[in-house]
Parts: sequence; C-alpha cells; structure tokens
Amino acid sequence: MSVLFSTAIWLVAITGSAWLFRRLGQYASDNAPRFRDMPYGVAFGYVLGVVALVWFALAYLQSLSSDPAVANKFFFLGVAINGFILFSIAAWIFRWVGRKVGTDGTRKLFRAMPLTASFGVLVILIYAILAIFAGVIAPYGQDEILQGVAANIIPGGDPALGGNPEFPLGTDQIGRDIMSRLIYGAQNTVGIAFATTLLAFFIGGSLGFLAAVVGGWTDQILSRGVDVLMAIPSLIFALLLMTIASVWSSRLGIPLTVFMVLIIAVIDSTRVFRLARAVGQNIVVMDYIEAAKLRGEGMGYLVFKEILPNATAPLLAEFGLRFCFVFLTIAALSFLGVGIQPPLADWGTMVRDSAAFINYAQFAPKAALTPLLAAGAIALLTVAVNFVVDWMLHRSSGLKE
Amino acid sequence: MGNVLTIILQRLALGLLTLLIVSIVIFIAVNMLPGDFAELILGQGATPEAVKTIREDLGLDQSLISRYFGWLGGMLTGDLGTSFAQLNFQTNLGGGEGKTVAQQIAPRFANTMFLAMVTAAIAVPVAVTLGILAALYRNTVFDRIANIFTLSSISSPEFFMAYVLILFLAVLNPILPSLSNIYEGMDFSDRLVKSLLPALTLTLVVTAHMMRMTRAAIINLLASPYIEMARLKGMSPMRVIVKHALPNALAPIINVIALNLAYLITGVVVVEVVFVYPGIGQLFVDSVKIRDIPVVQACCLIFAAAYILLNLTADILSILSNPRLRHPK
Repeated sequence: MSVLFSTAIWLVAITGSAWLFRRLGQYASDNAPRFRDMPYGVAFGYVLGVVALVWFALAYLQSLSSDPAVANKFFFLGVAINGFILFSIAAWIFRWVGRKVGTDGTRKLFRAMPLTASFGVLVILIYAILAIFAGVIAPYGQDEILQGVAANIIPGGDPALGGNPEFPLGTDQIGRDIMSRLIYGAQNTVGIAFATTLLAFFIGGSLGFLAAVVGGWTDQILSRGVDVLMAIPSLIFALLLMTIASVWSSRLGIPLTVFMVLIIAVIDSTRVFRLARAVGQNIVVMDYIEAAKLRGEGMGYLVFKEILPNATAPLLAEFGLRFCFVFLTIAALSFLGVGIQPPLADWGTMVRDSAAFINYAQFAPKAALTPLLAAGAIALLTVAVNFVVDWMLHRSSGLKE
Repeated sequence: MGNVLTIILQRLALGLLTLLIVSIVIFIAVNMLPGDFAELILGQGATPEAVKTIREDLGLDQSLISRYFGWLGGMLTGDLGTSFAQLNFQTNLGGGEGKTVAQQIAPRFANTMFLAMVTAAIAVPVAVTLGILAALYRNTVFDRIANIFTLSSISSPEFFMAYVLILFLAVLNPILPSLSNIYEGMDFSDRLVKSLLPALTLTLVVTAHMMRMTRAAIINLLASPYIEMARLKGMSPMRVIVKHALPNALAPIINVIALNLAYLITGVVVVEVVFVYPGIGQLFVDSVKIRDIPVVQACCLIFAAAYILLNLTADILSILSNPRLRHPK
C-alpha cells in the first residue's frame, strides 16, 4: 500500500512541477514561442525525463556506496547502467570505425546507421565470433567437471565473497566453469536455432514458391494445411510433438535435439510459407516469368533463378525475425526442460538450473548474477537482431512520417 | 443487419471446422507414438496379459477412426479421460476415486483465465494510451525511447522478464510475492496480489506489441485528407488523433489486441512455470515431462480452442467496427 501511496505522491509532484516548469519557462524567456506553445504533455515529459535521469544517477551513486546493505540493493541497477553505457560507447566507436574503414558501400551503410542498429550489428558479430571459435576461446570444456574445484563458486572472482579469480564467472552446481558453458552456449543454442531457421526457410520457402508458381489444387491443399497448423499455438504444438518425440528418441536412440530441430522447423515453416507464397504470387505475374515459361524453363529454374533473387529482400528481413522467434522458442523449451538436452551447454537450461540463486540477491548480489547472465545472453542477441531488422525494414519501406 | 449476422455465422462455422480439423491433427499426432498407451503406462517389464487388459480398458483394440470419434464424443461431453499419473496412483495405492482429467483441469483453467484477465485489464488501457501518445509525439525523444523499450521487451524471452521483475519487485524490494501459491477459497484481493507479478510480466511482453501496432495504425491514417482537413480547421493534435484517427484505426487495433490475448495463451506456459502459478500451462508442462498423454492431449485441445476462439473474436470485432467490411462489395 505504501508503494502505491508514494507512487501517487510522485505523480502529483511531477504533474505540479510540469506546470510550474512551463510557467517559469514562459516567465524567464519572456514568453518565447518555445514555452508559450508548449503543450502540457511535453512539459510533463521533460520533467518526468529529468526526474528519471536524476533517479538513475542517484541509484548509480548508491550502488557504489560502501555500506553493503545499500550497495547490494542497487548493485543490479549499477550493472545495468554500466552495461548500457559500455554498449552505447562500443556501438558508437564501432559505427565511427565503420565510417572510416571499408569499401565505399559499407562506409555509406554505416553513415546512415542509427546507434541501435550499429549496436545490433556489433552484438551479432561478437556472438558469431564466440559461436564459431567457442572451442578456442573457452578455457574449459562444456561438460568438463573440474576436479578439485568447488561447485557453486560465486561470479566476480573475489575470494572474500566466495569467488575464485581463476573462474571469473564462477562454477555451476556440479563444478563446471560457467564462462566456458556460456561461450559453448553461443555455439549450441545459436547454432541450433540458426540451423532450424535455415531448415524452416528451406521447407517453407520452396513450398511457398511452389504454391505460387503452380497454383490451383497444389496451392489450395498446401495453404489449407498451413492454415490448420497455424491454428494451434506454436509453443503448445511444439510441446505436444516433443512429448511424442521423447518416446521415439529413447526408443530409436536418436538424440531428442534432432527431433526438436525438425519439429520447430516444420512448425515455423508455416509462417515462412505464408510470406513466400505472398511474395511469390506478386512476382509470378511479372513479364519476365512469362518469358521464362515461354522459353520452356523448368520449375526448378523458375523458383531458384527467377523468383528467389527477386524475393531476397523481404525474405532476409523475415529471416531475422524468424530466427529470433525460433531462438526464443528453443530457449523456452530448454527452460521448460524439454529442449536441448544436457550435457550440451545451453542458455535456457542454465537459467532453469540456477534460477533459485535469484533469491539471494539481497545478501550476495553476485550469486544472483548467474541465472541473469544466461537469460541476458538470450535477450541481448534477440534484441540485437530485432534492432537490425527494424532498421532494415525502416530503410526498405521508408516508413510513413 | 441480416448481412452482419450471416458473416458472423459464416465465421463461426469456419472456426468450428478449424477446431474439428485441429482435433484430428492432435489425435493423429498422439497416435504417432511408438507402440501404444498400454506399453507406455506399464513400462518395459509388462506382461502381455496386463498389456491386453489395459488395452481393452482404454479401448485401444478398436480401429483408429472409432477411437477418434469416441475421444471426440468424450471431449464434447466433458469427459476428458483419466490421466496416467492418476491411474498409476490408483493402482499402486489402491482404492480412492482418482481425479479425471476434467476435474484436474477445471480449477487450473479458471486460474489461468484469471491471470489472463488481470493481464488484459492492465495491458490493454496502458498499451492503447501509450500507443496514442507515441503517435502524437512521433519522432521525438519519447517516441524513440519508447521504440527501444518496446523492441527490447518484445524480443526478450518471457523468463528473462520474469526473473528481472522478481529480482527488483520481490527480492530487492519485497513489494510483491515471487511465488503465486493460489488455492481455492482465497479472497479476491489476496489472489490479485499473488498473481500480480506474473500478470506484470505478461503485461510487459504483450503491451509492447500492442502499443507498436496502435502507433502504426494511427500513423498510417495521418496522411489521409480528412486528417489534413481536421488539422487545418485548427484542432489540437490530441483531438485530431482521438476523435478522427482513432475510430478509423480501431479495426487493426482490436485485431492486434485479440491476437495478443491469444498470444498470452502461449506465453502463459513459461510464466506459470517461473512463478509456480497453478494454472493450466504448468499442468501441461508437467504432463509433457512425465508423458501423461491424456492430459497433454486435453490441454492442447483447450489451448487450441481458446486460440481459435480469440482469433475468431478478432475477426468478428474488426468486421463489426468497420462499416467497409460490414458491407462487402
């Protein structure tokens, strides 16, 4: 109740000071148009923004306080603000470098890039490097249970708080290095999601183009089939199929992960099918397709040489979004315990295994970092991809106003 | 008016047909299990006689089609079968009436609906207001910050949001409980407080999408002549948007709200697991883990039905709100 009460008081205070701010502005600037014509909402926004900024600054200062009770409480905000500033600077430098280095084309690209997009590109690059070179970068193996090392070492590497400088991010509940597992997680989670998306695009794209080119009954059957599959919520359907697949996998000895890739690819290919069919239908009516048909070209030529190159732009943006979606679905499945199976290191599973540490945040904030690191790794990548896709869509559509 | 009624009836019939086909898909999927239920229940060391008895009990000796109609008939009359876990419980501990799947699901379904309604009650007004504000102050700092925030919260996984909220609102500042232990006979305010944190998580995920769509739907209209006209009359921008743009943008907004409520149904699974909320999503995941097929099947059908129903509602509402769709040429 007290929370509601203090929120209400803050709101009233901001409302009042917004009015005051505009009044004072008018008075001080001799009724300049900027203040005279300022809508109340804008004044409110300014004051709210200033209050929020001041609050963040104060919270950041408190996170540096020497009193552990206060510092612990604001530790996570401090980390978040540090991360935000660090990434902003990194994205800015990355964009600056991009504007100076490279060919004319890439330089032009970087010049028009908003900071969010350059942040996205930077993060995607980092993840790609981590995923490809995981074996070289990671100090330990992903399923290596380190002998003679305590389990549940706290991240941070400070021996006084139960850390160990050799393991900057600590160890998990059976004594595996968390940093190595996070790095391998990039390879497994991202790699599997990428493969699944590729497969989904292959299935959905080729069937969609086929439906667009052939039309008639084939189109009807495929489209209605897709309609039915899309009527079932995808995560629910995936869970149902995973139940069945888990029985098959234990019977046939094929890893469950293979089934997961197939199931999610099929479910997701329905969305790709819709887009590919719509795009394909717009292209099929073009004259050059007619010309190719008259030349007597085969179906394969039509789809891959004529339609595909002209459908790349929308499909590429869709690829980013689909990848995010698949990635989140896989993470959710793993989090629920039916996705990527141990001993493969995977972020969703890591979150589930270490989730209970959150409850120690008040006394040992660094212990609570472990689940958030893995969950944050997932969030960071999807946010980055979304930023890039948003920018691509904005560029290609030239959104209204 | 008769015209509208026919359209609605058509949509309803289409929805029912979809549901029927979906039930067939689910049934076929479940029947792709290797072996059959009887072996699954009894495990590896089953004697052939025991397998045979159970097979007859469950009616597995009948043909696929008659089994399907039996199952469908059961579903329609509210008999969702008996869960394997309960069956095991009964045979091992003897006696006692085990709960049927319907009895297991009913209270949990009510809990989930409660959660969804709390979420909708918070999310819809907030999203529409913020969307209108973002359209009003488009291309300002507010719009850009809102854009970054919504993009981030759309793309983060639900459990990340959930844990961040737990961290800040339950652990560091103990305002709300992080576990939603809801039981029968709780009074409303207690229930509300306990389910507020999961509802807030879902709100964060859903609001972002609805807000972006509201903004886009309104901005789409701003180039139309009648908006120009209203502006030239000297109306305030707020009035232009609320009075002239909003009613015309209603159809896509209603559509996206309904779609997001449908999305809630999927999102609810993960969130319920994080907060140990006794809803249908948690039951579903637990049953998936122990391969309790009858429960999985029933939950899946319920989720699909709710999903189809919400999509149908979206369709019908957007037809009703848009005269152009009401009188097709």
